[in-house]
Amino acid sequence: MEAIESHKGSAYPLDRSNVDTDQIIPKQFLKRIERTGFGQFLFYHWRFDDDGKMRETFSLNDNKYKEASILLAGENFGCGSSREHAPWALHDYGFKVIIAPSFADIFYNNALKNGLLPVKMDEAQVKQWMKQAEDGALELFVDLKLQTITDDNGREVAFDIPEYHKQKLLNGWDDISLTLHHEAKIEAYEKRN
Amino acid sequence: MGKPETIVEKIWNKHVVHAEEGKPDLLYIDLHLVHEVTSPQAFEGLRLNNRTVRRPDLTYATVDHNVPTRNRDIIKDEVAKKQMETLKNNCKEYGIPLADMYHPDQGIVHVIGPQLGLTQPGKTIVCGDSHTSTHGAFGALAFGIGTSEVEHVLATQSIWQERPKTLNVKVEGNLGPGVTAKDLILAIIAKFGVKFGTGHVIEYTGEAIRNLSMEERMTICNMSIEAGARAGLISPDETTVEFLKEREYVPKGDAFNEAAAAWLDLATDEGAVYDKTVTIQAAEIEPQVSWGTNPGMCVPVNAATPSLEEAENAEDVKRALEYMGLEENQPISSIEIDHVFIGSCTNSRLSDLQKAAAIVKGKKVNDNVRAIVVPGSFSIKLQAEKEGLDQVFKEAGFEWREAGCSMCLAMNDDVVPPGGRCASTSNRNFEGRQGNGARTHLVSPEMAAAAAIEGRFVDVREFAGAVS
Ligand code: SF4
Repeated sequence: MEAIESHKGSAYPLDRSNVDTDQIIPKQFLKRIERTGFGQFLFYHWRFDDDGKMRETFSLNDNKYKEASILLAGENFGCGSSREHAPWALHDYGFKVIIAPSFADIFYNNALKNGLLPVKMDEAQVKQWMKQAEDGALELFVDLKLQTITDDNGREVAFDIPEYHKQKLLNGWDDISLTLHHEAKIEAYEKRN
Repeated sequence: MGKPETIVEKIWNKHVVHAEEGKPDLLYIDLHLVHEVTSPQAFEGLRLNNRTVRRPDLTYATVDHNVPTRNRDIIKDEVAKKQMETLKNNCKEYGIPLADMYHPDQGIVHVIGPQLGLTQPGKTIVCGDSHTSTHGAFGALAFGIGTSEVEHVLATQSIWQERPKTLNVKVEGNLGPGVTAKDLILAIIAKFGVKFGTGHVIEYTGEAIRNLSMEERMTICNMSIEAGARAGLISPDETTVEFLKEREYVPKGDAFNEAAAAWLDLATDEGAVYDKTVTIQAAEIEPQVSWGTNPGMCVPVNAATPSLEEAENAEDVKRALEYMGLEENQPISSIEIDHVFIGSCTNSRLSDLQKAAAIVKGKKVNDNVRAIVVPGSFSIKLQAEKEGLDQVFKEAGFEWREAGCSMCLAMNDDVVPPGGRCASTSNRNFEGRQGNGARTHLVSPEMAAAAAIEGRFVDVREFAGAVS
C-alpha cells in the first residue's frame, strides 16, 4: 500500500447522507476480476444518464471540481454492501481523503486498506466546508502526522484517528506481513482448539 | 462463578490469538465463506505475494451473485462468466471446497451455510459480503469483510478487529397475527435508523425473538447491517439445537450432545451488561412497506409516505420520493407495482416460500405484474417442488427459477427495468439496486405475494385466506 503523510487538494462537496456503496459503484461493474480501472464508474448513475451521457445537473461533473481530491460527504458514508470496489473506485478516480461526520464500519476499514484516508469530522464543520466549496473553491491541507486539516485561511482543525491505523497509513504497511509476525501464535491457537 | 458475560464477550475471548494495548485484537476465524464477486482480487493478491491459503478446510465457496436463474447453460455476459470460472480455478488451485453452479449444495452463500450445518453457535464466521450477519441467528459471531480482508483471512485464518460494543435490541411481547419477522426487522430499522448499530454487535433478545423459528431469526439477523451493525446475533437455545441436528457438517451422536451442551452455555448470562439497550413492543408492529431509498424509510402498510413539512431530513425525503416516483402523504395502498420478487438471503428459505404459496394458492397474478420466485438454494428448490409449491406458484402465474441472488441485486439478467416498481422480499431498496432507475419496496414474502395478486400493496391481514 502507498504511504500517506499528508495531502493537499481541492474539495468536492457531496451534501447527501447515507451514500451507499451501490451508488459509489453500481453492481454491473463488479464483475471484473482486477483491482484497477474502477474510477471511470464512480457514482456512475449520478454522473451519467441512461445513454451514457454526462448529467450536467450532477455537481461532480462541474468543471470546477475536476481536480478535486478531497470528498466532503454527509453522515453514514459508505453504508450497505461490503464491496471494496467502492474505495477502489474513489481512489482510482482521484480522491485521496474523505471527510464525513460518520462512516459505515466496513467502508471505513476498506478505505484504510487502500490508502484512502477517511476523516471523521464534526457535522457543523463539514457543512461549513461544503458551503465554502460550493460558493467558491476550497483547498484543504490534510496532515495525517499532526492530525490536522488547514483551510485556505490558515484555520486549523484537529481530527481523531486510531493510532494503529495512522501508523499503518504513514508507513504503508501491509496487514498480512504484520500478521505473519504472529504466526507462531496462530499455530499455537490451532493446536489448542 | 465469574462475572456475567454476553455471548459476544464469550465468543470473542475464546478467539483472541493476540492482544496488545492500543491495537485491535487478532481474532481466529472458524469459517470463511467465499463467493465469486469479492474474491478474485484476493486470490490474485495471494499469488502476487507467493502466499497460500492457510486453512482450505475452514473455507467454503459457492457461486450465487452472478448465476443465471433461468437457464444455467446460458451466460451471455462474458465478464460474469469469467468471474465464475476464476473462482472455480482458484478453488481448485488452493483446494477449497466449492459448490458450483451444478452442485446440489449450491445456493446463496448465507442460505447454504446454515443449511449444511457449517454455521454453528460460537463460531467466528466471515465472508466478503455484508449480509454475513445472517449466520448470527445461530449465536455465531458473523460479519462481512472487504476483499483485502478476504485475502488476509485466506492467508492467515485470522483478522484484526476492534472489540465491538454490544447493543441489546429487546423485543417485548409477541408479534400479532399476520405480522412477520421481516416486518419486525423493518420496523426496528425504521424506528432507530440506518446507523444506530454502527460500531456495535446487536444481540436480539426478548420473548418475540425466542418464539421465532431459525428461518425467521435469520431474516432478522440478515438485516443487522441495514441498521449499521456489522453483526447481529441471537443466543442459542433449543430451537437452534433442534435445527442443527443431523445437518451434514454437524457432529453426530454423543459428539452432538456434547456440542449442543456447549452451544447452550454460550447464551448471554443473566445480568450481563450491554453498552446500549433499546426496547420495542412487538404487539405494536404492523406489516411494513418501505417507501424510500434506504431500509429505514419504512411505514406500516396502512400509513402514507411522510409529509415534507414534518420530516426531520426533508432534503433526503424529497430526493427519495422523487426517485421513487411518489408524492408526499401518499397512501401506501395506492401504490401500484409491476414486479414482484420473492427471494434473496433475507427471505428465500422453505418457510418463506410456503407462506407466500399459501397466499397465492388458487389465485392469479395481476395482469400488470411480472412475478418471480427464486429459491435460496438448489436444495430448497427441490424440497419446495416435492411439496408442490412450484405448481402453486406457476399456476398463479409466477416464474419459478433456479437458486441465486437474482433480482436482489440484478447482476445477472433478472433486472427491474427503469421506472419499474417492485415489491421485493430482499433487504436493500437503494437507488438502482434492482436495476438502473428501478424502484424497490421492501416487504415480507406474504405481503409480496398479496401484492402480486392485487397489483398494489394490501394489508395481508385482511387478505382472504392469509392469516391462519
Ligand atoms: S441475496 Fe442479495 S443481499 Fe443476499 S448475498 Fe445475494 S446479493 Fe447479497
